[in-house]
Amino acid sequence: MIAASSEVLSFPILSALVVLPLLGSIIVAMLGKSRPEWVKLGALVSSVTTGALSLWLLAAFKSGEAGFQFVSQHLWISQWGISWHLGVDGISLFLVVLTGILFPLVIVGIDPHHNETSYFAWMLLLQAGVMGSFLALDLFLFFVMFEIVLVPMYFLIGGWGYDQRVYAATKFFLYTMAGSAFMLVGIIATVALAQRDLGVITFDVVKIAEGASFSTNAARWLFVSFAIAFAVKVPLFPFHTWLPDAHTQAPTGGSVILAGVLLKMGTYGFLRFGVYLFPQAAMWARPVLLTLAVIGVIYGAIAATMQSDLKRLVAYSSVAHLGFIVLGTFALSSQAVTGAVIQMVNHGVSTGALFLLVGMIYERRHTREIAELRGIQHVAPIFAGVFTVVMLSSIGLPGLNGFVGEFLILIGSFESARWWTIVATVGVVLSSLYLLWAYQRVFHGEPDEANSSFKELNAKEGLLMAVFVAIILFTGIYPKPMLERIEPSVNSFIEHVEGRTK
Amino acid sequence: MNDLSAFAGPSIDWFSISPVLTLLAGALLLLLVGSLTNEWPKHWYSLTAAATSIVAITLSVVLWRDVSNDGARLLIGGSLTLDHFALLGSIAVCVAVLLVSLITSDYLSRDGSNSPEIYALYLTAAIGAVVMISSNDLVVLFLGLETLSLSLYLLAASNRQESASQEAGLKYFILGGFASAFFLYGVALTYGVTGTTRLVDLNTALTSYISVPRNDVILLIGIGMILVGFAFKVSLAPFQMWTPDVYQGAPTPVTAFMASVGKVAALVALMRVFVVAFPSRSDDWGVVVLVLSAATLVVGSVVAIVQTNIKRMLAYSSISHAGFILVGLEAASHRDSANAGDGLVAVGVYVALYAALVVGTFGVVTVVARNSSSEANSLDAFKGLAKNQPILGLVMTVFLLAQAGMPLTSGFVAKFGVIQSAVAVGSYQLAVIAMVCAVIAAFVYLRIMVSMWLSDGATTEKVSVPMLSRIAIGLAVAFTLLIGFLPSLILDLTSNLAELATK
Repeated sequence: MIAASSEVLSFPILSALVVLPLLGSIIVAMLGKSRPEWVKLGALVSSVTTGALSLWLLAAFKSGEAGFQFVSQHLWISQWGISWHLGVDGISLFLVVLTGILFPLVIVGIDPHHNETSYFAWMLLLQAGVMGSFLALDLFLFFVMFEIVLVPMYFLIGGWGYDQRVYAATKFFLYTMAGSAFMLVGIIATVALAQRDLGVITFDVVKIAEGASFSTNAARWLFVSFAIAFAVKVPLFPFHTWLPDAHTQAPTGGSVILAGVLLKMGTYGFLRFGVYLFPQAAMWARPVLLTLAVIGVIYGAIAATMQSDLKRLVAYSSVAHLGFIVLGTFALSSQAVTGAVIQMVNHGVSTGALFLLVGMIYERRHTREIAELRGIQHVAPIFAGVFTVVMLSSIGLPGLNGFVGEFLILIGSFESARWWTIVATVGVVLSSLYLLWAYQRVFHGEPDEANSSFKELNAKEGLLMAVFVAIILFTGIYPKPMLERIEPSVNSFIEHVEGRTK
Repeated sequence: MNDLSAFAGPSIDWFSISPVLTLLAGALLLLLVGSLTNEWPKHWYSLTAAATSIVAITLSVVLWRDVSNDGARLLIGGSLTLDHFALLGSIAVCVAVLLVSLITSDYLSRDGSNSPEIYALYLTAAIGAVVMISSNDLVVLFLGLETLSLSLYLLAASNRQESASQEAGLKYFILGGFASAFFLYGVALTYGVTGTTRLVDLNTALTSYISVPRNDVILLIGIGMILVGFAFKVSLAPFQMWTPDVYQGAPTPVTAFMASVGKVAALVALMRVFVVAFPSRSDDWGVVVLVLSAATLVVGSVVAIVQTNIKRMLAYSSISHAGFILVGLEAASHRDSANAGDGLVAVGVYVALYAALVVGTFGVVTVVARNSSSEANSLDAFKGLAKNQPILGLVMTVFLLAQAGMPLTSGFVAKFGVIQSAVAVGSYQLAVIAMVCAVIAAFVYLRIMVSMWLSDGATTEKVSVPMLSRIAIGLAVAFTLLIGFLPSLILDLTSNLAELATK
């Protein structure tokens, strides 16, 4: 038994999850000149292998355990106490798996139309960065990954986006970088202050969280410096203005990744770094963050209702959904945080799928204006059916995945953050309003001339969407396996927070 | 008593100053032999300069090991120092000379105006820089400063066909002369108060019990003027006005030289003077440095945004880098903190990494812009570069990301070090200002990247990258990435950088 487990441990699966896409990216970039026809294959092999590894991780992950598994730690910069320190627990597991699955789907499913080589190279580099962010247990390593992600995303939006792409890409880059500027100072200060308690200089997040005690005042400042970075990344109202631009201008693949995993780096960061390191300060800042989250829920929903562009509508719905996740995170009860973690994954699946569908509509009609689309249900019933399922999952219909997360968040938050939860519930109603209304305008009615030739899902698109629908249904109907893996980690996380804030 | 025969010169450890002697020999060789013989075959002048700097680097490395074994010491009766801080600066200078010589050769042979004097001037400038970096005496420092500056004035004006180059040289000469005067007057006032110009003795004089009054006005004016002199040389706001004009007007390889060698020398010397000679007055100059640093960061990064000429953009970016480096000096001014030494180490690392980075960046500009006319150096020249030449575009992107301080490049290691030193002594406000300015500056680098990657160029004509430039740029980019991935390489070496020579 021991031999078997050490054998599993001997393969550095987490490091492989980060390094593999990185290698893939380099190989793809080098193939570009000599063998352009192999580029897509290379990208595919790399991303599918990574996806398979992430599924293997899911299978090998021991449910019921709270701590970090598959930990791999190697000294990187000894002078600064920095190591290549990766680990996965229930909170990060499904985000890692989501990252593993989403990229191959995007690479298979969406055609970049031009400059394939660099598109795929950036995509794979992005995957390496996102994986690293979710796996890093070293503050420095996390910052490196968090920041490096900007570069490929910048080029993806800027290189393959729509008309206003340069503006949107620059805005995305600068907003996020401005946020992380504060975090870098915060990280360094955290380490410097923790050094007094720990006696050694280390960027190890677990050691700092368990061993260091910050003065109330210092902890508050440090928490704020982290919170700014994550609030921009999530994005939380009022730091959200980059998101609609970035989403609308990004190519479909970029939008799917952005909504699917990139935004989760913010909500995940709040949990893993913000609250975990500074529980007391998080309690102190809680009212503000809950209020901003609820404003985000309502504001995002209202703004989404007003949009005439389908993609912008989905983008604003993201603001609302992420507000929910932050609400669950800062309700700081076991159920609510579990709900928030599940909802991070769910939002990635359903909003990712929505962006894919909107991308397909654009491919067919070369417009995303709701007013120009009509009666698609008549000409493409399967397409409409898939859209309905995905949309209902996003609304949170019982039996689909969105419901599980939303329900847990609302139940869990009702105890500890009652009034905020009550206001946020209005957001649930509004979300059905804007999505159903949009659905009605796009799919119902008689198709006019331009819409009557709308093509049905082809086989490739169908298979692609089938994966999403399968995940949506499975999680909705049978969430137990997921809960079993998430809950222990969340419980010990909540214990940690409660122990510190008594 | 004034019997000259009783005068015994200080003993000279010749090997310890061998890097300077090597550079001197190289310069003389180029000037004498170069002027007496017919024109040498293509690239030979530059290869001579490059070989000289390689020898100087090798000797410095040998000296580095000496210092590691035997400790830091003063040379020639206490006028020069031999310690890791000085050697790191010298190595950075010599590496910059090496890379710039390679780039210059291609640049000049494109115009068919290859000649030995420009390389000889590089080497004399390097002599000045090394002397400045390792001086333990304000007068010796001034000697080095003038050797460096005079060479730079000539280099800036070295393109005789281009009136912008002449103008740059003249402008630099006049303002640089002002700065030298300020510096010298500051030295004189300090000497008047303390009776010495040796840095170590200055500290002793200022802290001993018969010491100068705490608020001696003459002394403070002296220190202030020395600081102003330095501020001109390293272009700190509000003394940065000359920088964009001179950087723009000078031939591009010379700009690379000024931005690397000139900056490294002046910043290292500035650090040493204030940390070694005036730590007892750090409460006074610390505040001034804080203000200068913040102002430089803001001016450098904000004004860069509205530029359209790439050399002007990079000039402002070099100004904001100087502001960043000053954050380290400010950290070193908190001498009651246990971590004050971090500031010195951070500055040493920063300048060494920055030297290679800036030469690489200007190296690409040299290759792409072809000549120093303002049209050739407008941002438009970079349009579509990455589409026509992905590798050159990628290399430039690495340099720009490094300048912006993105992780996994040497620029991040440099920035991390100074921010860490500032945070360690509790200068949070300056650390935040610096980081915010880094974001503003990033906009400038993004603009260049947008031109390269996301705009279509006027032509699809490929820029040729000659062999020597290719080597120089390749070395710089390899170094930038290597240190980015494995910062330990440089951090290991510089761990005892803060042990300055005091006796």
